Parts: sequence; structure tokens; C-alpha cells
Amino acid sequence: MNEIIDGFVQAGELILSLDPEVLEITARSLLISLTATVIASLIAIPIGGFIHFREFGGKRGLITIIQTLYALPTVIAGLFVFLILSRVGPFGFLGLLFTPTGMIIGQTVLIIPLMVGMTLIALSGVKKSLQDEVISLGATSSQAILTIVKESRFAILGGVILGFGRAISEVGAAMIIGGNIRGYTRVLTTAIALETSMGNIAFSIALGMILLAIAMVVTIALFLVQEQ
Amino acid sequence: MTLTFRTVPVLLLLSAFVIGGAFFAGCTTTTPQPQGTPTPTPSAEKTKVLLATTTSLYDTGLLDYLEPIFEEKYNVDLLITSQGTGKAIEVATRGDCDILAVHSPSQEKAFLDGGHGINHRCFAYNYFIIVGPANDPAGIKGMKPEDAFKTLMTMGKDNPAGVSFVSRGDNSGTHSAEKTIWKAAGYNYTTDVQKSGNWYIEAGRGMGETLQLASEKQAYTLTDEGTYLAYKGNLALVPVIEEGDILLNVYSVITVYTPTQPAGKIAMANNFSNFLTSLEIQAAIGEFGKEKYGKNLFSPMSENCSRFNCDCTSPAVIVSPSSLS
Repeated sequence: MNEIIDGFVQAGELILSLDPEVLEITARSLLISLTATVIASLIAIPIGGFIHFREFGGKRGLITIIQTLYALPTVIAGLFVFLILSRVGPFGFLGLLFTPTGMIIGQTVLIIPLMVGMTLIALSGVKKSLQDEVISLGATSSQAILTIVKESRFAILGGVILGFGRAISEVGAAMIIGGNIRGYTRVLTTAIALETSMGNIAFSIALGMILLAIAMVVTIALFLVQEQ
Repeated sequence: MTLTFRTVPVLLLLSAFVIGGAFFAGCTTTTPQPQGTPTPTPSAEKTKVLLATTTSLYDTGLLDYLEPIFEEKYNVDLLITSQGTGKAIEVATRGDCDILAVHSPSQEKAFLDGGHGINHRCFAYNYFIIVGPANDPAGIKGMKPEDAFKTLMTMGKDNPAGVSFVSRGDNSGTHSAEKTIWKAAGYNYTTDVQKSGNWYIEAGRGMGETLQLASEKQAYTLTDEGTYLAYKGNLALVPVIEEGDILLNVYSVITVYTPTQPAGKIAMANNFSNFLTSLEIQAAIGEFGKEKYGKNLFSPMSENCSRFNCDCTSPAVIVSPSSLS
């Protein structure tokens, strides 16, 4: 028990003293996961919109596949991107393995299915009657789409934040693709894994508290947006 | 309403850029500082070389200690990724790193025979030790390692609650050394040892975690001396067997070779080999950890190179496998 209390005390000291290594790792985590979230949003939300508004063969099956991929293990997403980016892989010439850019690709791949799925849920949450009403008022189909998207924007944003949460808290892909290189690809989760294995409990708890603090800020931001 | 709808993504993007900007600014100013160059020169990008290494070299802090010395001497950015020896060799075989520093002679030989590496040099050694509960329930203290393993298996099968053994089980250098001992003791590892009962626990984790697991379960395990000394404070385990030729643990450095590897990276990897085998760094390796742990974690090769069947002095000059002949 003392060990845990000591851990929290030392963690507080590390955070309050603005330990440069802790700050650097935190900044890198945020940069990588925010970039991955922005890129994934730009890809996933239009895909979600396309699937929702268009009718095509195999739509139900595609949605099932996307929903299955919510459970994509982070290590498998990481391994997949590792094999693609490895020097003997198809994109090996880019030299992106063990770089922050590679990690962004990995996290983007990981969260796209979740964000497509959340976009679909958000769009189908808008009442069918609203759509009919808009069209009966003489709106073109693109105006109708715009109205539905506007109506569901907070739910879509909720999906974006969920994606960010998955990106910043995952350790499998970050470890395999990034390699946990100090000062280069070490992020909060891989640092926690390393420090725990090295027995530096206080440092791990400090990093864990920072990760949770980021999650809290994001959640509060979401709450404030939804309140409006 | 339309205002907030537009401002939210804008705010998100803005915060991303602000944080990103701060991060990059932080990067360019902080990296040169430890190397004693106060003027930040963001335009002059340094060569990066990637070292894939084993957890025992990294987790003890040896490489973190040597990294700034090497970086300053050669004006290079040394990146280190630490994984088990098996994984590190896999990464090197695919050509995804530039230098390999590991401790598994049989796996190293296969790697070199495959034409993936050049300039194999040994730079440090220590001994594996068998650690276990202080009361030594199997009574193996002072035995030869091979006999101790035999005793552990017999007693563990009879009474798994009293005597158990934790294996790394991750194809690491330490795991490979453990298999060598089982073989010398007369067992076939896959048929006689694995799945032989609850007494044999395969952790599938790094050395530090394996030690912690063994400590919690009050089991025996095989560990490199350096990691044990570094973790000793958190463990309820004591060294039980520390002697035996089979326990020798040699660390080597290899320049990774692929036909497309840039000459500059090969040259820098060779610099790293020469750096590790230089008299100055050999002395530093021999001193490392003395202050903190009361004894050195690694012994430099230079002191008694002739004892080992391994090159630890000649300069690393070869740049491709074909220039060997």
C-alpha cells in the first residue's frame, strides 16, 4: 500500500516540477494521437456519410465488417502497419518504420473503423421524419444531407473524441511501429510499459495520471459542446 | 448555433497546431543541448542510426549512459529500440535497423550466416545466475547449473506448489541460454520441459517482468546478472547458483547489412562497434553501475579477450559480406 501512496506522491512531484522528460513524452503523445485523429476524421466521416446516404449491394455486410473491426487488436493493427512499412515491405522505401509518422499511420488505421461506425450511428440517429420534412419543404438532396449532418454533428464529434481516446491510450501499435525510442517515438503508453517493467512505479503512475488528465479534458470538452 | 458548429473543429485543429508547434520547437532546442552545442541549428539534420538491442543492455541503463558519449564523438543521432534478442534480430534481418547489440551466440551465427550482418564483435560479458527464494526449497544451492535444472524438474513435477521455475519464454537471449542448459542436462526442450506441468511457468515477457513474476510466485528463474542487480531492491529473490561455464553471457555488436543499406549508415554502425571496443569505452563499461549497485553490471571484454572464442579487438572496417574473402 505504501508503495502505491509513494507512487502518487512522487508522481505529483514529477508533474508539478514540470519534469522535462515527462513534458516531452506528453507533447509527443498528444501530437501523434491528435494528428492521427484529424487524419482519421477526414477519411472516416466522409466514408460514413457515403455509406449512410447511398444504397448499394453489400451495404449490410460492409457495416458488419466495420463493426467487427471495432475490436481490431492494437497489436494486429501495429503488426499490419509494421509489415507494410518494413524495409522489405511494399512501402519500405519510405523509411517510416520506427518514426512518429509511422505511429500516426498505425493509429489512423486503428481508429478509422470505429469512427466510420460512430458516424453511421450518428447519422441514423437523426429522425427519418426530419429528412422527409426537409424534402417536403422543397430542399434538394444535397441540402437535405447538409441538414442531417448538421443535426448529428455532436454525435459525430463524440465519435471523433472516442477515436482520439482509443489512439492515445493504445500501447500495442505504438510499441511495434514506434519501437519506444527515447526522445523520438516514446509516448505515454509505451513509457508506462517500460517504466513499469523497470520497476519505476512512481514514474509510471505519473504518466498514467497525465494520460487520465488528458482524457478528462477531452471528456469535459465534449460535455461542454453537447450542453450548447 | 452555426457559429459553434464551425468553431469546434477549428479549435481542435488550432490546439493540434499549437501543441505540435510547441513540440517541434521543443525538439530542435532540447536535442542539441546535452551535446554541448548551445546554438540551435534546426536546418542541419543529423544522421540517424537505429540500434536494435536486447532488454538487458537497455533496462540496466548502460546504453542510455553510452549514448550521449557516442553522439558527441561522431555528431550523430543514435536511436535505440529495445526488444528481446529474438525480436531485435528479426528487425535487423528485415533491414529495419542499422546496428544490432544482442547476446545469443547461436542466433547471432544464424544471422551472420544469412548474410544480414558484418563485423561481429564481442564487447562485454557477465554471467547468468539462477535466482530463487531465500530458503531454497529445492536445495540446489551450489550445484552445477545442469544438475540444478534436473533437480528443479524432478521436485517441481512432484510438488508444483513448493518448487516452480519461471522461464522468459520469449525467444530472448536469456531464454536461449536457458534452453542450452536444459539440453546440457539431457532434456529435449519442447517435449520434456515445455508443458511438463504447472511447475514450469512461461512468462513471455522481458527480464524485469519475469523477475517480478518469479518473486511474487517465489519461484526460481534464470537471469542475467546485470538486470538482477538493477532490480534487486524490488525483489524477494536471492542468487542461488552463480558459477558454471554454461552460465557465461557474452554481448556482441553487429553491423546490419542489406544490399540497399546506405554506405554512411554502415560506416556509422562500424564506428559504433569501434567505439564499444575502444579502450576508453571498455573501461567505462567496466565501471558502469559500481557506484549504484556496489559492483559492475558488465565486464569489459578487453581484459581477457583470449578466454573467449570471439573477436573483440580488431577494428570494424568491412562494409559488405563480399569483402570478407
